[in-house]
Amino acid sequence: MLRILYQIMKVGTITEASLSNGPFNQGEQSTRFELLGKQLETAIKKRFQGSLAIRLVDAGSCNGCELEIHAANNAYYDIERFGVHFTASPRFADMLLVTGPVSINMKTALVLTYEAMPAPKLVLAMGDCAANCGVFGVDNYAIAGSVADIIPVDAVVYGCPPSPTALIQAILATLE
Amino acid sequence: MSSMFFQCLQAMLMLLMAPVLAGFLSTLKARLQNRHGAGILQPWRDIRKLFGKEVVLAEHASWIFRFTPYIVFTATAMAASVVPALLLDTPLSLTADVIALVALLGLARFFLALAGMDIGTAFGGMGASREMTFAALAEPAMLMSVFVLAIGAHSTNLTTMISHTLTTPLLIQPSIAFALVAMLMVAIAEAGRIPIDNPTTHLELTMIHEAMLLEYSGRHLALMEWASMVKLLLFSTLIIDLFIPWGISVESSFIGVLLAFVIWLLKLIVLLVALAVLETSLAKLRLFEVPQYLGTAFVLAFLGLILHYMLEVGA
Repeated sequence: MLRILYQIMKVGTITEASLSNGPFNQGEQSTRFELLGKQLETAIKKRFQGSLAIRLVDAGSCNGCELEIHAANNAYYDIERFGVHFTASPRFADMLLVTGPVSINMKTALVLTYEAMPAPKLVLAMGDCAANCGVFGVDNYAIAGSVADIIPVDAVVYGCPPSPTALIQAILATLE
Repeated sequence: MSSMFFQCLQAMLMLLMAPVLAGFLSTLKARLQNRHGAGILQPWRDIRKLFGKEVVLAEHASWIFRFTPYIVFTATAMAASVVPALLLDTPLSLTADVIALVALLGLARFFLALAGMDIGTAFGGMGASREMTFAALAEPAMLMSVFVLAIGAHSTNLTTMISHTLTTPLLIQPSIAFALVAMLMVAIAEAGRIPIDNPTTHLELTMIHEAMLLEYSGRHLALMEWASMVKLLLFSTLIIDLFIPWGISVESSFIGVLLAFVIWLLKLIVLLVALAVLETSLAKLRLFEVPQYLGTAFVLAFLGLILHYMLEVGA
């Protein structure tokens, strides 16, 4: 236990790495992330009074997008500092984040999740699969269609998978 | 200034400070995870947003589900407003009885468990059964811990107990140490923190408190979240009142209350820092180990009681 606490002290806060002390060759990207984050914070303040709750639904993805979402929550990107947090129930959520093509087995669950959310609600489709079924293909026997075929989508972010910076940009686009 | 004014001020302060301190705790935890964190006002922003959102009710929701947020919030707020935080003797201090306090929290918990089962979802019922199982073990442990102090003060009234602690000369009392450890253990369980329950978890299978709230939305959810933050502050204040009350204002003067507020805040910060460090360095207990944890708390409190009779009565 003491060893863990000592290590925590030694590492310090690693969020918001800027040009001077950021990891190798990451400086430019992290400044961009920070800039986008500030814009996101303002947008969330305007639309959702400084608090945006996101419910994530994996409608059939390969978990590549989930890894990037996880990265957005880690100590380096720390999306929470802009007022964004992921919730356990669609009833708590302001935004539905859908990854992957909608498989036939997840179609009903996705529609139910969308209907369970209180207004005002937004939908963001994340990744190439959510946008147009990606590598899985539209004519796949197990797939019901892209996210936009099943529920109304407010914005789409492309990429396989999209980076945390792209995700921030997309959330910003959805809010505006 | 009248003590009635300070009573209202104290009650308002408990309600308004609760989200700020919850935000302080989550920011501390974020810093311990080497993150920046959302800032100490984030719980307030969440609550403000939730009050403006639509309420989605399940088709099968009965009046119990709709009324529960108001009952839970009112009961918790009532419990919080009678606990002396700044001023020792207030008009409502006669009602600040520890048994009444436990009963008020029990009422809130009873309706919370009913609401969890009302909708008929699997997680709601599961959360309700877990909460009641652990409550049945936590409540006796908490009362037993309080009784150790109550026997010395000849009262279960908080004001009388605090003034007894303030007036008796400082002695080393081993029974108090046992009661303190038991109380800290119970408070962690009751406030739903690690290692018993994780308030930030997304895994429904490990949830206890959150599992009953999963169906709430909008202002209902805001009241429920707010009530659980008030409960955390209530237990922290209770620990301060029972074990380290020095600094609380005895007469109702403005300067005295202001000084008491600063001291109360400092004590709270120390408690919350300790909690954040504890939560960061511990893993969650397995569900079936929680009864043993609460049983340990009860045994410690009971040992404290026996020690009180063996060493301190007549001494």
